[in-house]
Amino acid sequence: MAKVPVQFRLNGSDRAAFADPADSLLTVLRRGLNDFGPKYGCGQGTCGTCSVLIDGELRLACLTLAASCEGASVETVSGMADGPNLHPLQNAFMEHFAAQCGFCTPGMLTAAKALLDRNPNPSREDVIDAIAGNICRCTGYEPIIQAILAAARTLPAQRRS
Amino acid sequence: MPLALRVVQSLSEAAGILAADSRTTLLSGGTLVMRDVNEGRLTDGTLLRVTDPAWRQIQVSGTRIELGAGATMAAILASRELGFLHAAARAVGGPAIRNMATIGGNLFAAAPYGDFAVALLALDAQVMVLAGYGSPRAVPIEEFLAGRSRGEARLVASVQFNRPVAPGDFRFLKVSRVKPKGLSVLSIAAHLPGHASRIGQARVAYGAMGPLPVRARGVERALEGKALDANGIAAARAAALEGVQPVTDAIASDWYRREVLPVHLGRLLANQS
Repeated sequence: MAKVPVQFRLNGSDRAAFADPADSLLTVLRRGLNDFGPKYGCGQGTCGTCSVLIDGELRLACLTLAASCEGASVETVSGMADGPNLHPLQNAFMEHFAAQCGFCTPGMLTAAKALLDRNPNPSREDVIDAIAGNICRCTGYEPIIQAILAAARTLPAQRRS
Repeated sequence: MPLALRVVQSLSEAAGILAADSRTTLLSGGTLVMRDVNEGRLTDGTLLRVTDPAWRQIQVSGTRIELGAGATMAAILASRELGFLHAAARAVGGPAIRNMATIGGNLFAAAPYGDFAVALLALDAQVMVLAGYGSPRAVPIEEFLAGRSRGEARLVASVQFNRPVAPGDFRFLKVSRVKPKGLSVLSIAAHLPGHASRIGQARVAYGAMGPLPVRARGVERALEGKALDANGIAAARAAALEGVQPVTDAIASDWYRREVLPVHLGRLLANQS
């Protein structure tokens, strides 16, 4: 089967890869572009650890056809930090012990970023709803919720007004 | 032979391809088809993508509403005019899934998924289907779902229905053990015209109470001409189990589903859910 070329922006850089026609975006990210941030968890859309932002929208990379991302802007957890400076969410996850085994963390961070990008001043209920598609089997969720709320409080005041 | 991919612009071209080749699978939001790819249930044939923007359009004109089959649950939630459908759209997955899952895909989701189709069944929706080249044909949703169970290959262009007249005429409830996102123990959608006085031509539908979304005809008959008072609700509860064939799965046993259905139906009708 002939490979299909796929080009998109990945964390701000133009990237290209050849994919099998039915490859998921997650396969292309991990095998083709060496972005190991998003994880392969369930492959069913249940666990959320493959969460990415496509043109700013939260999606599941394991259920997204790579070829459908042609020309899109894809953001993964690998692009959250600004060089050595972690994103406020990443700092908050550290400070609130919001990661234990860490397998859900890429998806949790990405889902949380999607939330704060559109709602910089979320309520606890907003946070719970935002991570409803992400499963964590270590923390009991509470440290994650607290970390996201704490990160929101560190955002510049103009974003929260 | 591995899976191939074909991308077409128009719905009618896609319908023609689907009608001509039984090994072609339409890919919409990906939440059902890509699962099958990932799990090795779909390994050969062709995936078909449609890029026609009309497929994702939502049109509200007067009382008539048309949802393009490629419109997502998130698009429903973004529409203030479709507020009465928000509970049903929010019942589908988490935020990422709702950005992907489509109206058309939900019509093909097997129990315990497919909660939005339950809402469409209670709204007496018409499913606009393309079977080969030509214009879409309106098929009542009940007939469409029966055809789905027979494996008929048709492309859904859109669904159409009338907006409920009064706020509170339409109600939706999903029961799950995990909050806020979990699989359905059951779901109930009720369209109750005249609920403030006497109900006429109620439509009540269940999800996860059978292999397909199913009409609660006994409840509809019991509610005809009644008020939503204690007597009317008691009559509906007494008829709640007519025609249901719930399955036993990892979420709940058929016994449990039968036990709790009348309770949740009563709460929905009493607006206590």
